[in-house]
Amino acid sequence: MIELIASVLVVAGAALALLAAVGLRRFPDVLSRMHAATKPATLGMLLVLVAVGLRDGRVGVIAKVALVAALQFLTAPTGAHMVGRAVYRDLTGGNGHRGSGAAGAAPEPPADAEGITAPE
Amino acid sequence: MIEAATTVAFVLVSAAGVMGALALLRARSLADRIVALDLLLVIVVLAVAVGAVRTRERLYLDVLVVTSLLGFLGTTIVARFIERRGS
Repeated sequence: MIELIASVLVVAGAALALLAAVGLRRFPDVLSRMHAATKPATLGMLLVLVAVGLRDGRVGVIAKVALVAALQFLTAPTGAHMVGRAVYRDLTGGNGHRGSGAAGAAPEPPADAEGITAPE
Repeated sequence: MIEAATTVAFVLVSAAGVMGALALLRARSLADRIVALDLLLVIVVLAVAVGAVRTRERLYLDVLVVTSLLGFLGTTIVARFIERRGS
């Protein structure tokens, strides 16, 4: 029974990867391609990792699989967000923040906040 | 049972890798390339995980940790690069 569940999960995760690759070929622009390409990074990975944990029930294996899943769920959306923000600012000419591009946005808030938070 | 399922999964992942590589070759901008490379790395990690399911080899799990972290590092660096200089 557990083998059957693991088999289904593995095939589902692999099929998700193939769907993402098809989406990468067929979608028209960068942002919609990202929409397709970031699905297997979380869902497909979760399916296959659960299959790894089901297949091999030792505590060490399950702990390591949980570590990989946690890292993946933290890093994959973060990386996709950074790429999406870079593409968006590139497309809009850095208009996400008015007049300040990627380089200009960061230095301003600390200089502004310094006078307010210094007495604390 | 698990042998047949992992064989099917390997075929699917290989097809995904080929299509991802074709998408990478056809990419026109730097952002296109980093999206395709990110997906290719996810496909590699998935293939290693399918191998771990098939063989129960524990060494593959360490490979999974390292590969997924390296993928995040590369994506982040190129995203910062695009933001600094534009694609």
